Amino acid sequence: MHATSRDFTANARAGLANENLQQALEIMTQRGFPARRREVVARLPEFDALRDVGRTIKEHTLAHLDFYLERYEQKVVAAGGSVHWARTPEEACDAVLKICRAAGAKTVTKGKSMIAEEIGLNDFLEKNGIRPVETDLGEYIIQLRHEPPSHLIAPAMHLVKEQVADTFRGAHRALDPKRSLAEARELCDEARALLRPQFLGADVGITGANFLIAETGSGIIVTNEGNGDLTQTLPRVHIVVASLEKLVPTFEDAATLLRLLARSATGQEFSSYTTVSTGPRRPGDLDGPEAYHVVLLDNGRSQMLGGEFHDMLRCIRCGACMNHCPVYAAVGGHAYGWVYPGPMGAVLTPSLIGIEEAAALPNASSLCGRCESVCPVKIPLPKMLRHWREREFAKKLTRPVWRTGLSLWSWVARRPALYHALSEIASRALGWAAGSRGRFRSLPMAAGWTGVRDMPAPEGRSFHSLWAERAKREGRRW
Amino acid sequence: MVSAAREAILADIRRSLKRGPLGPEKAAELDARIAAHRRNLIPARATTLDHARQIDLFVTMAQEVQATVARLSSAADVPEAVARYLAAENLPAELVMAPDPSFDEIPWAKTPLLDIRRGRAEAADAVSLTPCFAAIAETGTLMLVSGANTPTTLNFLPDTHIALVHADQVVASYEDGWDRLRAADSGSEGGSALPRTVNFVTGPSRTGDIEQRIVLGAHGPRRLHILVVENLRGAKDGEASG
Amino acid sequence: MTEKRPRVALFVTCLVDLFRPTVGFAAVKLLEAAGCTVEVPRAQTCCGQPAYNSGDRRDAKAIALQVIDAFAGYDYVIAPSGSCAGMIRQHFPEMFADDPATLPCAEELAARTWELVSFLVDVRGMQEVAAAPWQRVATYHDACSGLRELGVRDQPRRLLASIAGLELRELPGAEVCCGFGGTFCVKYPDISDKMVGDKADEIAATGADAVLAGDLGCLLNIAGKLSRQGRSVEVRHVAEVLAGMTGDTAPIGEMR
Repeated sequence: MHATSRDFTANARAGLANENLQQALEIMTQRGFPARRREVVARLPEFDALRDVGRTIKEHTLAHLDFYLERYEQKVVAAGGSVHWARTPEEACDAVLKICRAAGAKTVTKGKSMIAEEIGLNDFLEKNGIRPVETDLGEYIIQLRHEPPSHLIAPAMHLVKEQVADTFRGAHRALDPKRSLAEARELCDEARALLRPQFLGADVGITGANFLIAETGSGIIVTNEGNGDLTQTLPRVHIVVASLEKLVPTFEDAATLLRLLARSATGQEFSSYTTVSTGPRRPGDLDGPEAYHVVLLDNGRSQMLGGEFHDMLRCIRCGACMNHCPVYAAVGGHAYGWVYPGPMGAVLTPSLIGIEEAAALPNASSLCGRCESVCPVKIPLPKMLRHWREREFAKKLTRPVWRTGLSLWSWVARRPALYHALSEIASRALGWAAGSRGRFRSLPMAAGWTGVRDMPAPEGRSFHSLWAERAKREGRRW
Repeated sequence: MVSAAREAILADIRRSLKRGPLGPEKAAELDARIAAHRRNLIPARATTLDHARQIDLFVTMAQEVQATVARLSSAADVPEAVARYLAAENLPAELVMAPDPSFDEIPWAKTPLLDIRRGRAEAADAVSLTPCFAAIAETGTLMLVSGANTPTTLNFLPDTHIALVHADQVVASYEDGWDRLRAADSGSEGGSALPRTVNFVTGPSRTGDIEQRIVLGAHGPRRLHILVVENLRGAKDGEASG
Repeated sequence: MTEKRPRVALFVTCLVDLFRPTVGFAAVKLLEAAGCTVEVPRAQTCCGQPAYNSGDRRDAKAIALQVIDAFAGYDYVIAPSGSCAGMIRQHFPEMFADDPATLPCAEELAARTWELVSFLVDVRGMQEVAAAPWQRVATYHDACSGLRELGVRDQPRRLLASIAGLELRELPGAEVCCGFGGTFCVKYPDISDKMVGDKADEIAATGADAVLAGDLGCLLNIAGKLSRQGRSVEVRHVAEVLAGMTGDTAPIGEMR
């Protein structure tokens, strides 16, 4: 997918000014995911302990990823499926196309897959004469709007229902223009009716995988709508596109992570449909695909292993971090400019598309740490944001005015006598300039601050100078 | 299966982990870990309950996610329970049923007006009836497995899904359910001949994609009705379950 | 665990030094009331957060070494700031993790560095303060570093509850970032403004007369926004209130 992360600042400004988006974000933060997560976590006393177990499972798997991938492949083949390894998005797209062509596919239904977004699969298939149909309601809506997803779990989260209604009216021309589309119920029913024939007529179904199980060669999809299941059951061919780090050793390991996933993502105890599939249909089965293919994507994951951003590979794509991020809540997911938004996007995107392209993302954070506090596998997101800032500093990607300013600050800070002389001068000067008002409405060189808020005035003397006076008064040396 | 990409990826992984391929001892250790499939921490919510309470918990949790539940004292009550449910929901008295031998014992003759077809689901089917493999008390989750007698389309295509759970199928956790599956499959040589699909179903289909408002019946069934038959299979009416 | 008259070094923080010395004096008063002697090492300036959070490890380490030297030998190092205390406690050891020569000193300093209010409650066992009554309805903002790095949350509320006349009203979203974030607020002013605007709205919606917090960065940010919005909510550092020094100086950003 083409990235616009370079334009983060402009994208963010557009997001802040977008009234529909702001309304949608308000709905999410006020009555959506965070509240639901809080409630469901309160009902499970073991939740925090499970986070540690989840982290351990992931770390163990990553430390032996080559082994588990090989075991996984053996089991997929033993169950009658095929595994296609792809280093790059191009290799992955080619693998999918080859399978589709061999199946004579004209229409492909898709369950929601961030990997498919990452490799730009829809555009690629269309260019090659194959029609992909998104079936997840949120993905279907954004496909009609030619927009990228704005959230890991709820791709159309940036829209209010009036916008969805407008999109449906524009796209579903055969339906009665005077029909009511005022409620989510009506929009959902319309999509259901329209997508049903697509499910039934598709030649190939493509899904992602939340987890891949080495023990059995299985893939797991976690959904609520049932679209993923229809996508992978009705067509003749089922293709799974998944990245390497989705592996877990056993079903028991997957079960632990599943307990964390639904609660962290949507505040549910368990999703409506958690499906474990293994290979194609069995002899005697009345339904199911005849062929099962897994496209395993690297695209930078193997490089992240063992490095500064290794911890990011634990991510189970729950979206809790962005649900709780005040920056995401201010600007929305599109501001981040690529597939993965929010805190996990700010850490992962530079690894996948390069820090030059994604330079703004790790900086647009106050490092408040709320993301880390809700991460089900305890990824130290602020620490990794800081690592990216260190890399940018070393590569001189930071704007000169900041580098110089901070260098100057640090230089003075290492000279306490000078520092304190300047501090006293500054506090006196600013204190005097503010007079009795107590604050500044504007300050030269501080427009970033005073453009939007007042600057409280200093008290007029520095602590050190006052402490020196007190010491003198009390006859102490200092 | 050897491909350049496969070898490159595995090599890249090993390079990043600063080691070569794992030696036979380590591989054996990891294979043993897989074979042991040790359980991780399982919440006490359902595991500390006796079986009767687990059934109660299953029912409560299922109802919380908008499944409807009817508790029956014997399998003989199933046909009438189905007919009653369809009438109450204003649905036509017809359904497609899994061609599962466990349904052969049910006295369908009691409801001759119920139009039953056995097989997989087709687009026009409005109601399905399936057996279950297990029922997970922890979260009110049904465990359904695909097979010649239990086609997966029955769980997803029709608007209404009726699922039959026998009391002895209720277990505490997903791990309990999966262990039963392992035991059922270990009949085949080499073990682990899993079904194509294992569905863990928790309530009807839903979406929150529009303004975070939950709407039931996105693409899967709008209604999930669960019949919980209390007596153990094979026990005659009135006999206590052992 | 309380010792006899521990020798405490005050980490003033750059913001307190420049903007609001009263907070430093309030900290001294509270520490002395808790049975400590308080000294102020002269060779202190900054904890190095600006450099550290901007990716300048080298300067951050240089400043950290200065802090380690300046604060050697004291029983405790106390900062009226969760972010500065957190910097020393969490991040100094992280910075020197690969430096066996310095790591022991960094860890040793970290172990005896505390945020002010958590020190009073968790180490000195303070359950109440001697402050005179303060008739206010106040709400409390949880500064991020203090909350998430140091677990500061219950302690200020407990001490504030002991002040006669003071009604504490919980702030919805108390734990949500106010948008200061050091350089963040000036690098991304639009986003920071949205965050502080939301925070100010939440504060105003509580109907409280005053808002308190334990970090001056947050307080300057919040006070500046409330004032720009024309709202008259009194903004103070929790130390001033606990030390009974609210009569000594005007609230942050108000007429003097």
